[in-house]
Amino acid sequence: MSSSALQIVWVYPDLLSTYGDRGNMLILAHRARARGIPAETVEVFANDSLPDGDIYLLGGGEDGPQALAAQRLIADGGLHRAVDRRAVVFAVCAGYQLLGSSFFAKGAKCEGLGLLDLYSDRGETRAVGELAGVVDPELGLPTLTGFENHGGRTHLGPGAKPLAQVKVGIGNDNQTEGAWLGTVLGTYCHGPALSRNPALADLLLSWATGEDRLPELDETWTSKLRTERLTANGLA
Amino acid sequence: MEDKKLPLRAAIAAGVSRTAAALSRATGRGDGSVIGGKLGMMIDPDLLAHLAAGRRIALVSGTNGKTTTTRFTAAALGVLGEVATNSFGANMPTGHTSALARAGSTPFAVLEVDEHWMPKVIAATSPVVIALLNLSRDQLDRAKEVAMIAQLWRDTVAQYPNLHIVANADDPMIVYAAAASQNVTWFAAGQRWRDDAHVCPACGSHIWRETDGDYWACPTGDLIRPTPQWTIDDSAVIDPDGRRHELKLQLPGRVNVGNAATALAVAHWFGVDPADGAPRLSEVASVAGRYAQVDRKGRTIRLLLAKNPASWLEAFDMAEDAPTLLAINARDPDGYDTSWLFDVDFSPLHARRVLITGERAYDLAVRLQVNGVQFEHVANFWRAVEAVPPGRLEVIANYSAFQDIRAELDRVV
Ligand SMILES: [Zn+2]
Repeated sequence: MSSSALQIVWVYPDLLSTYGDRGNMLILAHRARARGIPAETVEVFANDSLPDGDIYLLGGGEDGPQALAAQRLIADGGLHRAVDRRAVVFAVCAGYQLLGSSFFAKGAKCEGLGLLDLYSDRGETRAVGELAGVVDPELGLPTLTGFENHGGRTHLGPGAKPLAQVKVGIGNDNQTEGAWLGTVLGTYCHGPALSRNPALADLLLSWATGEDRLPELDETWTSKLRTERLTANGLA
Repeated sequence: MEDKKLPLRAAIAAGVSRTAAALSRATGRGDGSVIGGKLGMMIDPDLLAHLAAGRRIALVSGTNGKTTTTRFTAAALGVLGEVATNSFGANMPTGHTSALARAGSTPFAVLEVDEHWMPKVIAATSPVVIALLNLSRDQLDRAKEVAMIAQLWRDTVAQYPNLHIVANADDPMIVYAAAASQNVTWFAAGQRWRDDAHVCPACGSHIWRETDGDYWACPTGDLIRPTPQWTIDDSAVIDPDGRRHELKLQLPGRVNVGNAATALAVAHWFGVDPADGAPRLSEVASVAGRYAQVDRKGRTIRLLLAKNPASWLEAFDMAEDAPTLLAINARDPDGYDTSWLFDVDFSPLHARRVLITGERAYDLAVRLQVNGVQFEHVANFWRAVEAVPPGRLEVIANYSAFQDIRAELDRVV
């Protein structure tokens, strides 16, 4: 951690904030504080420069704001510097797409941040519904579960690893879902992806704090939620 | 209904529509407002236009408050004569067809319209006035995005220069849509939820907002808050002449004072003096079960519908400090995605006893835990009733959960 409290930075909520994106910030702060780890949350609007932080969150957004967010982040340079010093980046949906080399918004190809070896284009159909997959064993996480709502398809290069193999839904391309490398991780599970994936939240916290063994929390309700969703998707 | 005035196919269709609606109600399968319209439309697709002809019509649309505003507007217009209205919230053309067929020939009609259907319903019914209330995120997994609806409305409004518009000056999205017309009456109803209007829909700049006031403007000057002619002050509506109309509404919350102001502004365009219209609004006790109070098992149960983040904030404002049941489903009419739960700050419920139920109660449970709100999970509505002491129970539910509970209470209206 770069200061006495864990700094969780929500990047451009004025541009990248659709359904429940705030949730990931709230969940990370909650799960840190529940273990006695002081955490501060910072919301940075697109007019301001990115501060130093431990975890950066990028949410979903409509085409126009997504393109604008990518331009501002490239000009700002703060996210690149953060990745260089191994800060954590967790991005969903439109935020995930703009981490790649390029993406499509309003019918035009837009330059991405190039933080993950991938690019995105338009799919023939919109992917809307439950999304679930078996997570890369290297990450040691249980089944990924979430909800996707996007029109893009994402193609991974050799420098990015898929987050999961799709069991339900579309994800990147019907085969894989999300991507990760080092401490940068993106997913099409939109909105509060971490509500159904507390182990993923803890992985991000471990990366950010360097603490591999975080104390266990009461998972009564997260377990019930996961079981219910996985059962509904025929995966329990 | 004077079916003689209708072309033969339309007359037959209207008759079928009424019969089916009555059947649906009698068999307990619904309010009858949608099923009747579907059958009628199959027989004559122009039926809505035929039924609308000869009436002076107002349309009401927006993400939130349209059912209540429609009800208020119908009440105020009642000063002038008989009013047809789709008071069950069936707000697509089939519902409009049912409502007009059922009402018979009336000089006036007030119709609540789903946001997506506005262009078609305007074309079919040739309204005198449309009221545009607000636009925010709703029906998450399938709705067109907020900015797209604003653009759709703007393009539509531009095609009807003679159509009068009553529009909310506090919502930049609404101002963007309505400002395509020269023919607008502006009202100020406040906007508690602002997360969908950070960015100017005209140019993408950040909208500047006054910290302690209502004024807002795009810094480029392409969109600024119009000066409203109708405003609210506590429980009163101030009309364009500066006259103050004290309301004695039975419906709770500041949001309903805003809905009342909108209704009086619409009715005023038809010629209703707000001094005559205002007292009629206090006769409205509930709207399609919303706000209804029901006594069961020694508890006074009040039903509040909250279907998106903006309306949850309003519901917390309305609910009294009493045990509160939150019920969440995620069926087709609700949207299958529960992500919005994290857009709502549940902390106003901190000091209350909170119970939760519904098909997606676990999504809510995780949300409340993160929010630091204590809760009890109960299997169903009646368990919640039995769990609380005699006295008031507030129920806040999203759409299908609300309908389920309403059915338990014998379709209270
Ligand atoms: Zn502007």
